[in-house]
Amino acid sequence: MNRNRRQWCALSLASISLVLSATQAQSDPRPPAPAAAPAEIKEVKIDNFSFSPATLTVAPGTTVKWTNRDDIPHTVVSNDKTTFKSKVLDTDDSFSFTFTTAGTYDYFCSIHPKMTAKVIVQ
Amino acid sequence: MTRKTKDELTVDHNHDGIDRRGFLKCMAWAGTGTLCVMQGGILKSYAFGHTDTLSADAPAGELSFAQISDSHMGFNKPANTDVVSTLKAAIDKINALPQRPEFLLHTGDISHLAKPEEFDSVDQILKSAVAKDVFFVPGEHDVTGDDGKQYLDRYGKGSQGAGWYSFDKKGVHFIGLINVMNLKAGGLGTLGPEQLAWLEKDVQPLGASTPIVLFAHIPLWSVYPEWGWGTEDSAQALALVKRFGSVTVLNGHIHQTMQKVEGSVTFHTAASTAFPQPEPGKADSPGPMKVPAEQLRQLLGITDVNFVRGQHALAIVDSKLG
Repeated sequence: MNRNRRQWCALSLASISLVLSATQAQSDPRPPAPAAAPAEIKEVKIDNFSFSPATLTVAPGTTVKWTNRDDIPHTVVSNDKTTFKSKVLDTDDSFSFTFTTAGTYDYFCSIHPKMTAKVIVQ
Repeated sequence: MTRKTKDELTVDHNHDGIDRRGFLKCMAWAGTGTLCVMQGGILKSYAFGHTDTLSADAPAGELSFAQISDSHMGFNKPANTDVVSTLKAAIDKINALPQRPEFLLHTGDISHLAKPEEFDSVDQILKSAVAKDVFFVPGEHDVTGDDGKQYLDRYGKGSQGAGWYSFDKKGVHFIGLINVMNLKAGGLGTLGPEQLAWLEKDVQPLGASTPIVLFAHIPLWSVYPEWGWGTEDSAQALALVKRFGSVTVLNGHIHQTMQKVEGSVTFHTAASTAFPQPEPGKADSPGPMKVPAEQLRQLLGITDVNFVRGQHALAIVDSKLG
C-alpha cells in the first residue's frame, strides 16, 4: 500500500515535471493571456429591488454570477438588450455571464427598469 | 399649476388646498376589486374587500363593471402564500354584487412569472365569474421572457400592435393600452409612438360627449417615478383625449388604491388580489408588504374611502358597499 502510494507519487511528480518542462519549452517572453487563467467568479446579489454592488470592476475573463435574493422576480439585461439577457429569475435563481472584452457594461432589470447597475471590465 | 416633470400632472389646480402630496395621504388600502358604475357619463368606483357584506348601496347607473388587478398567480411568499384563494374570494365578491357587472377588467400582472400554468389557473378561476367577458391588459410580469408572445396568443385576439385595442359598451368607449413593453433602463412605463398614433386615430371619430375609459397596467400618471410608478409618455396619451367631457383612467401595478381628479379626467388604481405594496416612499423598495397571515385579508378589506367629482377636485365620501 505505502509502496504503491510512493510509486504513484513519484510518477505524479515526474508527470508534473514533464508538463512544466514542456510548458517552459514552449513559453515565450509575453505573460500568459488572461483567458488562460482559471475563470474567476464574482457575485452580484439582487435584493430589495437593487443590484449589489451597483458597480463591479472585474478583469477580462471574469464570470459574473447574479443571484436573486429578493422575494420578487427580476431579470439581468444589458442596456443594449443583446449583450446579455437572463430569463426571469425567481427567488434564489442565478444567471452567469463571462466578460471577455474590456469595457463598461450597463445593465438593468427589464421588469423593474429603475433597477440599474454596471460591470466595468478592465 | 406647476409642472415638475413632463408628465407629472397638476398640483392643486383648483386651488382648494389639495395638492398631490395631500392627495397621496388620502389613499388607503382597498379591497380585492373595484366596482365601477357609469352614471350620467361619469364613472364612480367602489372598492370592495373580502369581509364586506355587500348591499344595494351602490347606485345602478347606466353601466357597471368590475376591475381586478395584479393576481400574480404563482406568487407564494409572505404575506400571501395562497393567491389562488384570494383571487377566488375576489370573484366570489363580484358574483355577490347586487347588480351584475357587465364584464370584468383585469389590469395586468395576471401571472407572476408568465408561466403557462399560471395563466391557466387564472383562466380557470375566472370561469366562475358571473360576468363572462373579461378584458385584459398585460403587466410586466406577463410579458417577461418572450416579449409578450404568450400573452398575445392567449388574450390578444383582435388587438393591435403589442396588444392594444378598444371596444364600446353602452355608449362608453373603452381603450386598453399597453405600457409594459420595451421598457428602457432607468425608465418608466412606455406607450410608444406607434400606440399613440393608433390612439389618435381610434378616438378621432368620437364625439366629445362620449365617455372614455382608458385602462393600462402601470399608472398613466406620476404616482411615484422613483419606484417606476408612472408612464413616460402618458401626457401625450392624455392630450389626445383632452377634448372629451369624461375620461376615466384605470390602472393597477401599485397594489393599492388611489384616486384623483384632474379636470375632466379621473384616475383610479386598483388593489391587488395577491399582496399589498407599501405606500410611495414609505419603504426602501416597493417589495411586498409582509403582514401577519391573520391580518392579510383584513388589510385587504379595510377601504371604505371613495372619491367622487364635486365642487372640489377631490370630494371624499364614505360610500361603502356594505
